[in-house]
Formats: sequence, C-alpha cells, structure tokens
Amino acid sequence: MPIITPAQVKSDYDVIVVGSGAAGGQTAYTLTMEGAKVLMLEAGRDYDPVQETPMFQTNGQAPLRGAATPDKHMGFHDATVDGGWQVPGEPYTNASDDPAKQFEWWRARMMGGRTNHWARHSLRNGPYDFKPYSRDGLGFDWPFTYDEIAPWYDKAEMLIGVYGENEGLENTPDSSPGVLQPPPAPRACELLARKHMAPLGIPVIPIHRAVLTQRQDGERLSKILHPGNAKAQRILAQAMSERAACFWATPCGRGCAIRATYQSTTVHLPPALATGNLDILPNAMVREVTLNARGLADGVIYIDKTTGTEQRAKARVVVLGASSCESVRVLLNSKSARFPQGLANTTGLVGRYITDTVGASMGAQIPTLENLPPHNEDGAGGLHVYAPWWLYKEQLRGDLGFARGYHIEFGGGRTMPGMGAGAGLERFTRGSYGLKMKEDARRYYGSFMFFSGRGEMVPNEGSFCELDPAVKDKWGIPVLRFHWHWSDHEIRQAQHMEKTFTQIIGAMGGRVLGPNASRRRVSPDAPIEKGGRIIHEVGGAIMGSDPKKSVTNQWCQTWDVPNLYMTDGATFPSNADKNPTITIMALAWRAGEHMLAEMKKGTF
Amino acid sequence: MSSRDSLPRLDRRTALKWMLTATAAIAVTDRAAAAAKHHAAEPVAKGYGTDPLLNQEYPPGAFWPLTMTDHQRRTAAVLCALIIPVEGDIPSAADLKVHDFIDEWISSPYPDQKDDRETVLSGLAWIDREANARFGTDFADLTHEQRCAIADDLCHAPDAKPAHAEGARFFAKFRDLTTSGFFTTPQGMHDLGYRGNMPLAEFKGPPPEVLARLGLA
Repeated sequence: MPIITPAQVKSDYDVIVVGSGAAGGQTAYTLTMEGAKVLMLEAGRDYDPVQETPMFQTNGQAPLRGAATPDKHMGFHDATVDGGWQVPGEPYTNASDDPAKQFEWWRARMMGGRTNHWARHSLRNGPYDFKPYSRDGLGFDWPFTYDEIAPWYDKAEMLIGVYGENEGLENTPDSSPGVLQPPPAPRACELLARKHMAPLGIPVIPIHRAVLTQRQDGERLSKILHPGNAKAQRILAQAMSERAACFWATPCGRGCAIRATYQSTTVHLPPALATGNLDILPNAMVREVTLNARGLADGVIYIDKTTGTEQRAKARVVVLGASSCESVRVLLNSKSARFPQGLANTTGLVGRYITDTVGASMGAQIPTLENLPPHNEDGAGGLHVYAPWWLYKEQLRGDLGFARGYHIEFGGGRTMPGMGAGAGLERFTRGSYGLKMKEDARRYYGSFMFFSGRGEMVPNEGSFCELDPAVKDKWGIPVLRFHWHWSDHEIRQAQHMEKTFTQIIGAMGGRVLGPNASRRRVSPDAPIEKGGRIIHEVGGAIMGSDPKKSVTNQWCQTWDVPNLYMTDGATFPSNADKNPTITIMALAWRAGEHMLAEMKKGTF
Repeated sequence: MSSRDSLPRLDRRTALKWMLTATAAIAVTDRAAAAAKHHAAEPVAKGYGTDPLLNQEYPPGAFWPLTMTDHQRRTAAVLCALIIPVEGDIPSAADLKVHDFIDEWISSPYPDQKDDRETVLSGLAWIDREANARFGTDFADLTHEQRCAIADDLCHAPDAKPAHAEGARFFAKFRDLTTSGFFTTPQGMHDLGYRGNMPLAEFKGPPPEVLARLGLA
C-alpha cells in the first residue's frame, strides 16, 4: 500500500492532487487508471472503513447512547473522525455576529474526507440547472449543457454504483440504460406519504443513492469505463468484485465495511492504488501552490502534521480538490509577485459566490403509523424515495415569489433506537410511567416522521469568504473569514417548504411537531437554517466561458494558470437543489481526461 | 442493590485510562469528603476525543468516571425500576443498569449534559426531601405504593402543583433518560419493536399485515 511518509515523496510526479474525497478520489482514479503518476495529499489521517466501521454496534454500546458531542458532532458512530463543525486548532471566522449572516463549515480531516459519512444522495443536475441564468435571469450559466456532461454522469454512476429509477420527470434526468442499480422497496412511512402526497400533486419516486443493491458486474462495467485499457479493466473488475451488495443493516453514515456504499476510501482509492501509480501522503496540510518562473504551477508547500515541519512536493500539474472553501483558502494563501491577491485571482473572484443548499425541516407524528406490527425497516441505511421539485411551470410564471426549486427528503419509522428513544412522549401520554409508559412507547415508536426541504440558493454578492486579516490556524496558515447573506429567494423558499410540509402532514392526518431540535434555524421564527448547515457549500472559484467573469474554464482549469485545476465544488456557478457530490465526480472525471490529453500534447 | 463492582468488565486499556481519571476524581472527592452523601464530585475527566475507536463497546465508565454517590445511585436505580419495571420476561431498567447510563450521562465532561446534571442531582435530593416530608424516610426505602403516590404528583408537569414543579421537571428529565437508556439495550430495543440491525439477503418492504393496516395492500 503506497501510503507514504514525507521522506518517501518522489520527485517525478505528473500530478499532485490535494484532497482525497469525492473530488480528489475521482481525479486520482481517472488519472492513475490511464497511467499518470499521482501524489495525493490528505490533511487528515489514513482511515480504513473495512477495519474501522462500527457495522453492528448499537447505540447502547456507545458512550452517552451515541448522542452527539463536541468531539463527534453527528453522534458517536458517525464515520467522521477529527472533523465536524469545528476542528481543534483549525478555526475559521465570521464577519458578523448575526446568525443570519454566518456560515458554518463542516470539515473532515481524514482519508476520504466527507465521503465517509455523506448521505449518498446522487441526484444529477438537469438541463435547467446548467443554464439557470438563461432560464430566469439570475445567477450564472455553466459553460456547457446537460447533454455535454451526461456521459460523465453515466460513468461516475457506473463506477460508484447508484440505485434509482428512470422516471422521465422534468429536469430530473434519467440515466442511460444499464447504469442504475435497482431501487429498494419503499418502507411503510414512505408508502403512506406517497399516497397522501399524490393528491397534492407532489411526485414521490425512488431517490438515487450510491449504495449497491446488487453486486456490480465488473467484467461488463470495466470494459465500458476503460475501453482499450486491459490493465484498468482488470484492476476495476477486481475492485468491483471486492464490493458486496447491501445487506440491509447499519446506517450508511457510519461508513461501510463491506463496501456496499460509495466512499472514496473503498471505491476510488483501492483501484487507483492497485495501478501502482498513486502515492498517498496523509497528515499533509497544504498551505500554498508554488509557481515556476514561467508562471506555471510546479508543486505545493505543505505542513507535515506529524512533525509540524514545512515540506515541498513537485509535479507537472496541480489539482485542488480539498473541498470548495479549503481549495479557495489555498489559492488565497498562494500569494506571489505575479498574483498578489492570491493565485488564479486576477479577477478578484476567488472566494466569491459561495452557495449552500437552503434547508428547512419539520417533524410530525402520524397516528396511522402507531402500533404497527414490528418489522425490520433498516433498508438501505438511508432514504429509499424522495419528492423532486414539482412546480417548475408555476415558478417560471412567477407565481411562487422565489426563483428556484427544492426537493423533499422525508422518512422516519422504525429506526434503530438511540438517545431520545421513548422520550418526550409526555405531550401524548399525559405523563405515564411504569407499564403504561412501556405500552405508550411501543404505540408511538415508528409513528414519527421528518420532512426536510433541500433547495437551490441563488448566488449573491454577500456570500463569500476571504482570508481573515489576523487569525491563523495552529500551523500558522491564515484562516477563512466568511460573509453570508440569504436573499428573499431563499427565505421565501424555506417558508414555502414549511407550508408544504404542514399540508403533507395534515393530509396524512398527522400532527406537526415543529422543526427538528438538532437543526440550526437563523432565528426562532424563521424556518431557514444557517448558511453551511446542509454541508453542500460550493462555489468560490466559479467556472465560466468568460475569463473576466470566472476563475476556471469548463475543464476546471484556472484561466490564470493552465496547469492548475479545481475539481471539487469550488467551480460550481450554481448550486441546484440536487446534492452536489455526483456532479463533482462527473466534473472531476471530465477534468482528469482533459489533463491527460493536455499532458499527452505536451502543453505542460 | 448492586454495587459498582457489577459494572460490565472493561478491557485493560480502558480500565487503565479509567483508573487514571478516577484517581484524579477521587482526589477532588477527598477534599469534599464531608459532602459525600448528597453531593457528587464534579466531572473532571476529558471526553473521548475526536478520534475514538468506533467499533468497540463502551460501557458507562469507559471514558470518564461515574460520579454519583452510592446513595444517589441507589435512589436512581429505584426510580429506573419504577419508570420501567419488570414485564414478563423483560427485565426492568434497573436490572439492565440504566442508572449506570444515567450516571455516565450526568458525569459527562461535555457541556450539553451540564444542565441535566444539575436537574438530576438536585432532583434526587428533592425527591428524598419529599419522601421524608410525607413518609419519614428516604425515597429508596418507601413502599411501591408510597413511591407511586409521589410519582403520580410529578409525572405530568403541566398538571403539577407549584410546590411540585421542581420535582416534576426532574421526573420528566429522569424518565426521558431512563427510556433512552432502556430502549437502547438489546432487550429494550426488542421490546420497543425494533427488528433491524440484522443482515438480510433481500429487503422486501413492509409485510402484508402492515400494508393492510395502512390501507396500502
């Protein structure tokens, strides 16, 4: 396993990839499978889900029954280690004290980054989502169409394995035949919600999630993904044969020791390592990208966290895939005579137009779901169905008062009991205790549901990051300072979400319980959550067709430095309600092929 | 009543860690020895850090020492058994050592549990004062009927008399901690109706009787 130390770093890499998550993992995969020599730098420790995932641990086996703490922000068994809303010694700041103007930043300092715990939702952007400015005059168009990127969505889905179905709905793209895995059967509460949402005109369809519901056909897929490349085909077929199908137990947020769900550490990195073309250096915190005399990137300076020393690495091409804001931070910290405001920032646009997903949520109690016969609802460890945005025509006519759509994630039912199990029932039980309380707990267990909206934010001038003029992290690296602004589009959209959830819950004969207590609303009377809380932050180095109005071109290649690429979400000029990860992979794959072609041509 | 010796066995590594932190806690307790009966030591330990081993079992006490006094612990166990008693073959919350979990909870070094620590420890003292005022003895020494007489006045906070308000707030919190502790044990999860955490060859969705009940058959 070429997990290396700084002393083992070689001098002849083709490409340095900063970050090991969806962007870094996909970029390194694409490059190494085609023969490029890659050094990957990860700021966190090495991490092996096969060895470390708590697959069948119950909450009763965890400290505090698995409750979230300042050390483990999403609960004890969440896959994230050394990460969360705050990382010790590595702060960030906000320019405002007003919660409505603040951004919260989830980071994971570990191999595979946030792919280890993400929800695995893999929704493609649709045709409208790549041309939002053309459609409604707001924000920015992407420099390509849906049809141009669709082949890379197919490739990413085939590689990582995504369940779902082709429904042919508006702006909710189908995958090519033979790409998707079969969706799992819906659970009781999902079926009940679907029945009552249909008369409201809200479609409920299988969600697309990166979980194998059957084993991958590695022989077939590897030939499609790597035509004419026998070595890559052999390696990928072998890697796919080492992944099991979901066995319908344990939440995906813990990671997956049987590799049924996608995470970079079990899907992208093993075949990339098997090529022999990848070295991975963990505990390497990249501070800046270095330039040669011709103004081309020639490597990076990083802090070896194990010793606290400054180190350098060199390559022909540098790729930032450290997560949108972290990659922006590296650019802003890479100051030189040629780029006094930071690398690739002659436009001053680096750090601008950061967007997160708009979030609002509501809890419900559904009497119809009380006292159901006990049965196993673990399923695929996440959602089986969802409601895509359904009001495109009304919105385009201007009927809604906000410009962009949202989808609804919902669920509940008979999940594994954790902290809070059987608790808070006083309002229903008039305070029973003893045997009556046990009877009540059994009655209400499984009758609670949540509804969460996930909506598109329009990029604005008030949501950006910059270097804090004073604060540095424990490695001496200047940190980011955030500015945030929710416009009326987002605020009204979140209000619409709440109204819709109230209608659905009413149609189901349920009781509205209010927002989920773990959610951070900007204020008690506003449904919208704080910026960053949905952990879909993108932008900060947006792509475009005009070098004066964007940081990269459509190949994620910075206009200023042609051998410097950004393959994470930083290049997103818009943030559709579709969760960004699968689009990051499609873009990274496409960018990787562009790098390979340029290197072959000898451009750099 | 069971003693601390009956705690689940710790492995050597965590036992050593526990002993180190426990030693520190004892030093603090010694200085406050006079208050030992009703005042537990303040938590002094650190948390489990940002990178604990996740695929391990951690019984209460594995990361930080439990801090209830023997008397508090005995009262807590009695309350656990009152809130979740034996039902057929299913043990009570006290049988499943849920009071150890509550001790772990209120002994936590994390900020989110600080308020609950105050609520629980002052509540345990409150309920003894109430038991002594009504029946002339500590809560743990009351008959079942006497305990129920007090609990009936506390169990629904909106109905509680002003004089019982603190006790009712405590009872609601203690009941929530007891249900959380109990329904996360293997017996409690099954009792609640959870049937998952079991590998399956296929996932078929709800069984026919569930679909029939929902009008979806």
